[in-house]
Formats: sequence, C-alpha cells, structure tokens
Amino acid sequence: MAFEPILLRNAGNPAVHEVSGYRKAGGYEALSKALAMEPEEIIDAVKASGLRGRGGAGFPAGLKWSFIPKGSEKAKYLVCNADESEPGTFKDRILIETDPHQLIEGCAICCYAVGASTCYVYIRGEYVAPALTLERAIADAYEHGLLGEDVLGSGFALDMRVHRGAGAYICGEETGMLESLEGRRGQPRIKPPFPAIVGAFAAPTVINNVETLCNVPHIIGRGAEWFKSLGTDERNTGPKVYCISGHVERPGVYEYPIGVTLDDLIAAAGGMYRGRALKAYIPGGASAAILSDEQSGLPMDFDSLAQAGSMLGSAAVVVMDETTCLVRATLRLAKFFAHESCGQCTPCREGTNWSEMILARLEDGRGSESDIDLLQRITTNMSGTALCALADACVGPVRSLVTNFRPEVMQHVEQGCCPLPRQSIFEPGAVS
Amino acid sequence: MSESARHGDGLPREAKRAIDELRPHYPTTEALLLPALHIAQRHWGGWLPDEAISAVARELDLAESKVYGVVTFYDLFHQHPVGRHRIRVCTNLSCTLRGGEEILHAVRRHLKVDENEVTADGRCSFVHFECLGACEQAPMMMIGDRYHGDLTPRRAVEILEGLD
Ligand SMILES: Cc1cc2nc3c(=O)[nH]c(=O)nc-3n(C[C@H](O)[C@H](O)[C@H](O)COP(=O)(O)O)c2cc1C
Ligand code: SF4
Ligand code: FES
Repeated sequence: MAFEPILLRNAGNPAVHEVSGYRKAGGYEALSKALAMEPEEIIDAVKASGLRGRGGAGFPAGLKWSFIPKGSEKAKYLVCNADESEPGTFKDRILIETDPHQLIEGCAICCYAVGASTCYVYIRGEYVAPALTLERAIADAYEHGLLGEDVLGSGFALDMRVHRGAGAYICGEETGMLESLEGRRGQPRIKPPFPAIVGAFAAPTVINNVETLCNVPHIIGRGAEWFKSLGTDERNTGPKVYCISGHVERPGVYEYPIGVTLDDLIAAAGGMYRGRALKAYIPGGASAAILSDEQSGLPMDFDSLAQAGSMLGSAAVVVMDETTCLVRATLRLAKFFAHESCGQCTPCREGTNWSEMILARLEDGRGSESDIDLLQRITTNMSGTALCALADACVGPVRSLVTNFRPEVMQHVEQGCCPLPRQSIFEPGAVS
Repeated sequence: MSESARHGDGLPREAKRAIDELRPHYPTTEALLLPALHIAQRHWGGWLPDEAISAVARELDLAESKVYGVVTFYDLFHQHPVGRHRIRVCTNLSCTLRGGEEILHAVRRHLKVDENEVTADGRCSFVHFECLGACEQAPMMMIGDRYHGDLTPRRAVEILEGLD
C-alpha cells in the first residue's frame, strides 16, 4: 500500500532535529499561520478536521479544547501525554525521536488556541534518550524565538518543560498524570470536575497525546478538508501511526490513513513471522479485546473496532501466530494490570489480582470449568464500577478470552495442561 | 556512591542547584518532588537511602512520610542498593512472544543472582519489567538508560560480558 507519510515524513532526515532543518522541511509555517489566526478559528479548524485523540479514548480534540473557559485571566495548562506505557505501544517515542519539533509546533499551536502559557510534556521515566532529544529541541526553539516570552514576535508567551515520570502505567491516565505532575502518587481523581475546568494545579488544562498534537500543524497547514479526505469516514479521519509487534517479520511503526486492515499491516510488516499462520491479534494495546484471525479484514479505526467489541486504543497491534497460547498471553496482560492497579478502588485492586490468579491456574491446567464462569463474573463486576478506565482495561483482554476463545480455555481444563507445545523461538545455537 | 559530593546530611550542592533551576517553572514546590527524587537518586548511586529521602523532604519542605509515599509508588525509585548497571528485561506480551522470558533466564543464569539482588562485585542487578515502549525491538532489555533490542540469549550474555 503506497502512502506518503505525514507524521513520519521526516523519518530519515535527522537535520529536522534542529530548527533550521525542520524549517527547511516546511516546519513552523503552521505556527506562523496559526498566530495570525483567532484562537477560536484554530479550535474550529481542529473540530472540523474530525481529529480524535490518539492516546486511547478517541475523544474529539477540538471539542476538548473548546471546553477550556475563555476570557479568564487565570493560568491555563497544556499537558502533553508522553507517558506511553500501554503494552505494545511505541509510536510516541518514535515520533519524538524522529521529529521533536513537530510535537513542539503542535503543542505551541494548541497552547495559543486555548490560551495556555505553560506546557508540560509528561514523558515516561524510562524514555531518557527521547526526553533529552526533546529537551535539546526545546532549547533550540527558545533560541529561535519559537518559545518564550514573545513567540515569533506575536506577543504570545509560552514556557515548555519536559517532566519525567518514574515508572507507573497509571500516570498515563490523565488525572493520574496530573497528580503525578503535582508531586504525588499517581492516583486518578474523581471526575467531574474534568481537567478542562480543574486540571493541573487546579487550573483549566488540556491533556492530549503526543500523536494527537503532532497532527495539529498539518491540520492548520493543509486544512481540515484535506485531513478529512484521509480515513474511513467523517468520524475516523486523518493519518494514523500503527505500532505492530509480535509475530510479524518486521515489527515497527507504519503510517496509513486511519482504517487500514490487519491484513494490510501484516503485509507492510513483511508478513507473518517465519511464515506461520495468524491466530489472533490485539488491535489497540493491552486494554483491547483480543480478536481472532477471522477478523483480520476489519478496518482498524475507532468505530469499526468498537463495533467488533474491541478498540483502536493506542493502535498497538500485537500479532499472535498459531504457536501462541492465548490463555498465557491473557495471563501476562492480567499480571500487568494487577501490578499497575493503583489500588484505590476495590473492584480494580481485587479484580485484577483475581483475574491473574485464576488465569494462572487455568493456564497450567489446575483450573476448572467454573473458573471460566468466575472470570466472566469478575469482569462484569469490574466494568464501570471503578474510578478510572484501568479496571475496564483489564476486562478487555480477559473477557475476550473467555467469550471469543472459550474452547481453547476448556482444552486446558480438559487436558490438565496447556495443549500447545512450548517451543523456543530461538535457534538452538542462540542459547548459551 | 559519590560520598565526597555530599555535604553534611543534606543534598549535595549540585543536586540543590539542579533543583533550584527548576523552581521558576512550577507553580508549587510539591511539583518538584519527582524531578528532585530523580536528581537525588542519581547522586546516591541509583537508589534512595533514608538519608536521601530525608534530604529531599527537607529541601522541598515536605513531610518525610509524604516523600516515602511517593517513592514507594513508582517503579523507578529504589529503596535498596542496585548494581552499577541496572538491567531491566522486558517480559510483557510483545517481548514474551519473541522470547523475552528466555532472555530473562539467560540473564539470571549469567549473573548468578536473583531479581533485585546485586552481584558480589556490585556490578549488576536485574529485574523483569513491564513493556518498555520498544516492542519493535522485541525481545529487549534496558541497561541503565540504554535500550538493547533484537536480543537472543547469547547476544544478551555478550552484552553483559561487555559491561565495565
Ligand atoms: C490506565 C490508563 C492509561 C493510559 N495511558 C495513556 C498513555 O500512556 N498515553 C496516552 O496518551 N494516553 C493514555 N491514557 C489516556 C489518557 O487518559 C487520555 O485519555 C489521553 O491522554 C487524552 O489524550 P488524547 O485525547 O489526545 O488521546 C490512559 C488511560 C488510562 C485509563
Ligand atoms: S480503577 Fe484501578 S487504577 Fe483506576 S483509580 Fe481505581 S484502583 Fe486505581
Ligand atoms: S513488550 Fe517489551 S518493550 Fe513492549
């Protein structure tokens, strides 16, 4: 599938790490254009483009921006979500590493549009090199008057900081992130009030994902109509960076108009690993329901995947071939959620742990059929009963296992062990 | 651990300076806590002994109990000594599908210590870790701040052998 990349167009051009190189590639023209527009016009353009959040929930970005109270003199913030801890996701890291100024430009346009004068990029603590890359680019942008007291002579002032997290998935949840930014344990807040009204430091705050903000300069530069011409329909628009990992020959990021199929992505990624057959896949990160090979022709956009009972999420596509034990794969994800639950809500704290324990005994053949029903009941009790979406995130894969792949779970029960041979992926010589 | 860089029982001067540089960029002192803990941990050789936690609490005028609460919440803050090289082997799904657990076993066998223990020479300690955001390089591990991807068990051991 031929597609001229947009967000990744500067991959392979390291000169864009500097303002001069980025400008040569057309960068910062959109910021100049935006600064000559009324803030309201920018918000309208982003609304008209149909851009939906790329961090997981797919919330319309322009609408989110429009919730920020206007006209008040109170401080406002943009917090860019670069926590990227959803298993299977690595696009934000690559976006920052390949083109840091694209993100800075997107953040600056957003801040101007909503009247924020401070932007924090909250980046996961493990991303030390990407954080340095971004800090260097920010320093360069200050030197060129693209950030600071008087952005491009427009009178608009903007301070931008990189803020490092410290290893906690829950800090990717927007209010957990705000708590963490403010110097506390990253435990999500009760909503409402929503961050647009009471956000960082009790001030109105926009929180957007890295990729969401990277789209903004292109919307301003090329227009909402162009943006809408990409994608499945008017609710699923624009380019999308898919992360593909697991059993494909060339794992990596692949950019396409939103709505390509898994089959397209596998083909782009060089086909299935060692030519094996596809068994199942996760379309949108660890929180998404697992889909089967029969669903590989679905358009990978927000609505088509939601209709299929899963989600686009962070577009972290994990491909699993015929050698994969899905009980084991789900166990691994449940273990992750049990470890990452912040513990505030009983259904989440208990439910994630019990999911892990029950899956562990099912996986090694000590489980019974009633365990499968128990898992179903637990996930029902976890749905919509907790403070943030982490509980539901655990429900995603666990429930899909017991509903979409029940026969495989039953095989474990009936045979008293995992029915699949556990073979090494490595050639014998690779093991020392 | 840089004993000499420490002054009395407070924060080393450089750490203090680094924290002071951040102050104008945050509306509250409390918001400096995560950056300050990162800075302190660097100065105390990769972990946070009680004295480091007290020093940060005093520097930011926060209750020690509050600082402990934050330290225990985050996986990247350590309350026990770590090796000079901190090794994190990813065992989340994408890495597991490509042999991540075998990498973990190879690292354990080679270092002859268990998770969270430090080798007798103080060189290495390792843990298994959740997805490190580099699944395109699976199976992968981090040593210190560096990513090492597309591993085989043999390659992982070679990398460990090459550490100073
Ligand atoms: C448990 C949990 C983890 C999350 N992790 C991330 C993350 O790592 N990165 C991200 O951008 N959004 C993450 N989100 C979604 C954010 O809460 C929020 O919706 C998003 O940052 C909004 O930006 P967007 O509208 O541009 O997508 C997470 C949500 C939950 C519930
Ligand atoms: S749902 Fe889980 S992670 Fe979210 S606030 Fe409740 S306990 Fe914490
Ligand atoms: S699963 Fe290992 S880096 Fe993502």
